[in-house]
Amino acid sequence: MSQGFSILVDTSRCTACRGCQIACKQWNGLPATETRQWGSYQNPQDLSADTWKLVRFADGVDSTGKVYWNFFSDQCRHCLSPGCMAEAEKGEIVQNEATGAVIFTPKTKDLGFKATLEGCPYNIPRQNPKTKVMFKCTMCLDRITNNQVPACVKSCPTGAMIFGERDKILDLTNKRVEELKKDFPNSKALNADEVRVIYVVKDDPKKYYEYAAGK
Amino acid sequence: MTNHYIDLKNSDCLLIMGSNAAENHPISMKWVMKAKEAGAKIISVDPRFTRTSSVADFYTALRSGTDIAFLGGMIYYIIDNNKYFKEYVENYTNASYIVAEKFDFKDGLFSGYNADTRKYDSKNWVFKRDEKGIPEKDPTFQNPRCVIQLLKRHYSRYTPEKVSEITGTPVADLLKVYEMYSSTGVKDKAGTVLYALGWTHHTVGTQNIRASAIIQLLLGNIGIAGGGINALRGQPNVQGSTDGCLLFHLLPGYLRVARASQPSLDSYINANTPTTAEPQSANWWQNYPKYSVSLLKFLYGDKATKENEFGYTWLPKAEDGKTYSWLDIFDELYAGRIKGMFVFSQNPAGSSPNTKKVVAGMAKLDWLVHTNIFNNETASFWHGPGMDPKKIKTEVFLLPAACSVEKEGSLSNSGRLSQWRYKAVNGPGDTISDGEMVSKIMLKLKELYQKDPGKCPEAILNIRWELLDDKKQFDSHKMAKETNGYFLVDKTLKDPSGKDIEFKKGDLVPSFAYLQADGSTSCGNWLYCGSYTKAGNMMARRGKEDPTGLGLFPNWAWCWPVNRKVLYNRASCDPTGKPWNPKKAILEWKEGKWVGDVPDGAWPPMSDKEKGKLPFIMKPDGVAFLYGPGLAEGPFPEHYEPVESPLAKNIMSAQMNNPVIKIFKSDLDKFASNDPNFPIVCSTNTITEHWCSGAFTRWQPWLLEAQPELFVELSPALAQEKGIKNGEKVVVSSIRGDVECVAMVTPRIRPFKIGGKTVHQVAMPFAFGWLFPKTGKDSTTNILTPGVGDGNTMCPEYKGFMVNVKKA
Repeated sequence: MSQGFSILVDTSRCTACRGCQIACKQWNGLPATETRQWGSYQNPQDLSADTWKLVRFADGVDSTGKVYWNFFSDQCRHCLSPGCMAEAEKGEIVQNEATGAVIFTPKTKDLGFKATLEGCPYNIPRQNPKTKVMFKCTMCLDRITNNQVPACVKSCPTGAMIFGERDKILDLTNKRVEELKKDFPNSKALNADEVRVIYVVKDDPKKYYEYAAGK
Repeated sequence: MTNHYIDLKNSDCLLIMGSNAAENHPISMKWVMKAKEAGAKIISVDPRFTRTSSVADFYTALRSGTDIAFLGGMIYYIIDNNKYFKEYVENYTNASYIVAEKFDFKDGLFSGYNADTRKYDSKNWVFKRDEKGIPEKDPTFQNPRCVIQLLKRHYSRYTPEKVSEITGTPVADLLKVYEMYSSTGVKDKAGTVLYALGWTHHTVGTQNIRASAIIQLLLGNIGIAGGGINALRGQPNVQGSTDGCLLFHLLPGYLRVARASQPSLDSYINANTPTTAEPQSANWWQNYPKYSVSLLKFLYGDKATKENEFGYTWLPKAEDGKTYSWLDIFDELYAGRIKGMFVFSQNPAGSSPNTKKVVAGMAKLDWLVHTNIFNNETASFWHGPGMDPKKIKTEVFLLPAACSVEKEGSLSNSGRLSQWRYKAVNGPGDTISDGEMVSKIMLKLKELYQKDPGKCPEAILNIRWELLDDKKQFDSHKMAKETNGYFLVDKTLKDPSGKDIEFKKGDLVPSFAYLQADGSTSCGNWLYCGSYTKAGNMMARRGKEDPTGLGLFPNWAWCWPVNRKVLYNRASCDPTGKPWNPKKAILEWKEGKWVGDVPDGAWPPMSDKEKGKLPFIMKPDGVAFLYGPGLAEGPFPEHYEPVESPLAKNIMSAQMNNPVIKIFKSDLDKFASNDPNFPIVCSTNTITEHWCSGAFTRWQPWLLEAQPELFVELSPALAQEKGIKNGEKVVVSSIRGDVECVAMVTPRIRPFKIGGKTVHQVAMPFAFGWLFPKTGKDSTTNILTPGVGDGNTMCPEYKGFMVNVKKA
């Protein structure tokens, strides 16, 4: 396989404007789900068959008494060796050769949802309860194979998301982590060797989201 | 903004206070983050830890409504620790001016206060001047009556301990902010202030901003790249509408509304045209007659002649000293004195303070015309909560408006950048642009006045309306050209170098420097003169060149004035014209001319005693005001409590509230200060996901999905005290009413220690209402807010009022 593409999600630059969450819905023609205020800015509460990109909000107080509010723009990591594909023997889930995008096809209705979900370290796959078809981020395969960046990346005002060829994104990631370490020694890239959507965090990933760094 | 959005990247320290830039101006963060990556420090000061705070290098909280105390402490810190930029302060501000004997300040009040009229006589605040009228100065700063000494004395009361007692901000945090920010008071560092409604939504709003101006001047941060005082304004043309003349006391281009005491053009011009005896002052407002006569020529065309004072008498005159603000309008409605009303593109039933009074006022109208792109709580007020449609006689017309992408025209952003927008698509159904609506109304009015002239018909009949295209439709290009202005006769004038330059009748005026007071030019708004010229529509330019590398992009669209990106930019250089910071030089005097940004006037720098001019050209004496005798409350900002306060007395003085604010007296204007029934401070705010009252955005399913319902943010400590769990329904009450919403319990809000007692604060967005989505309850936050406004602008006090919270 070629190097393909990657996305750097630099959470230290994210201000949780949620442009990415809305842009994903818009480009992919996904309907809004009915939500209620539940004591959080995070809405919908979770990913679903109709929500493939979700900004997760986590606030708290650290050991020094300082307040933090971390944002985690969650989506499929497009793993190099996707765990979700373990049971997908009949092309239900495919990996696009040129880009590396992992794509759920309509045939996923024939896959066991539980096994697929368990195969994903990041808690990403979701199923339409009626049709049983599974859905998640496509890396905007239709855009990236037509010289366009993914919709979420396009919408980001602060440069928190950068799309490009994988080797270049890995370089950028390493540089960014080194820079951040000067002020935040716990900074790191999450599983950069295993995933195409690489998150950079400046603190314990659990303070962002339970599955930020995988199960 | 004195500067502009891209310029934020040039800053070394960004004080984001009174603004939640990340949530309300997300795109501004593009440049804030660029500054941060270049090593700048971000300071966020806000009662709540916000999305902006999450990327700040330092965050601290203050109680809503105590910004002047916070900033006053910083002013004292800067002076007391000699952190100010001496050369700048000495040359470019009135620090050395001697204030005359009548000025005084005692226990919260300046001299000249009249408690009956609730007004000051500002004659008590003047400078000492010599026989020629030139202000007396002490460049050594030793005279106890010189401005910097008075400033120091005034703010010596604002010790960190006292400030902390008022604001609730820990002393260590105050000192940290003061130290971080005042580090920019040197030649090669720039500090910028980003503010928004967090500063304006107070009864002391104008003085909040004045306090920041004093700090920026002390630190030499005005006129430089990466500096300035930067109001982040509402996206859909708030800047353009104020430039136009949205506000009740202004005509286009910040010219003043004519007053009843100014019956003649001469009296109007004399009252508004400042004079100076200072030889090196440009005193730009001396051009007031040119701009106002050119405006009259725009309005009345050939009907405006020298003999009839260019039609000045047809202009409506406002009563002296009377305000005609939003709050006043709805007070008049409620008193039954206004019969009909046009509301364009706003939702006062959701966005006005004390909305119960607003809606009760609208119910007394004979007719209400509302234009919008969706139905909202204003158009539907007559069947809202508590309303009986059978008893309401108001006839409501909802006109469908074209939205921003369905019409062509200019849009001015916070950085004064006017960008031309093309029409992308036709609006649906019968929608038309608001320009077309106003045009149709005007032409109909003319027709009606023609038939039945009534009183003073000239005011309508003589209005020139050359704004239609061949199909008799409103033409935004014609409007833009009229705004720019025309030569009305052939004219030979001098260009800045003194050479003759010839203009023909019908030529577009290339710059406001050529506008005339003799009726030979017209101009709808002098600030926009130069925006549409012989060279074409400057606002439609899309050049991407950036010769200085500082993000000026001089060929991208066009900004007022004269495409100058940074106001007062000659203050970025020393008195000989050398930039204070050569690494970020927006301007430099080289070989007899200014190079870089468009300079604030082509004159040489002030070290040229013959031709040189002082940099603050909009001030009569050419220097910036540390001491500012132009505002209603006095020359120095002073801390007063919000109209509703958790305290029994002002910790700073015997004067509890801003002494000049207007208090409305209707039965629906109720206030509860220091009242045990309403012990919690509340502020309203905007959220990223919705636009203002949500009238546009609640109909957008993805945005509604992201923020579906009204909530109140409260601290875990308050939640525990009240037995409230996260996500539970609660009722928030003020003396004006109750609102039900969802509790968001978060450590991002903490209680304050104020004057020795614990004071809780809560925060609520105002993006929801009863019309949609249907939750069965009235989610209009502004039921809670008090109808009281700032002492100068009447901007309502949406922030820092008193409530209670309990389980629903």
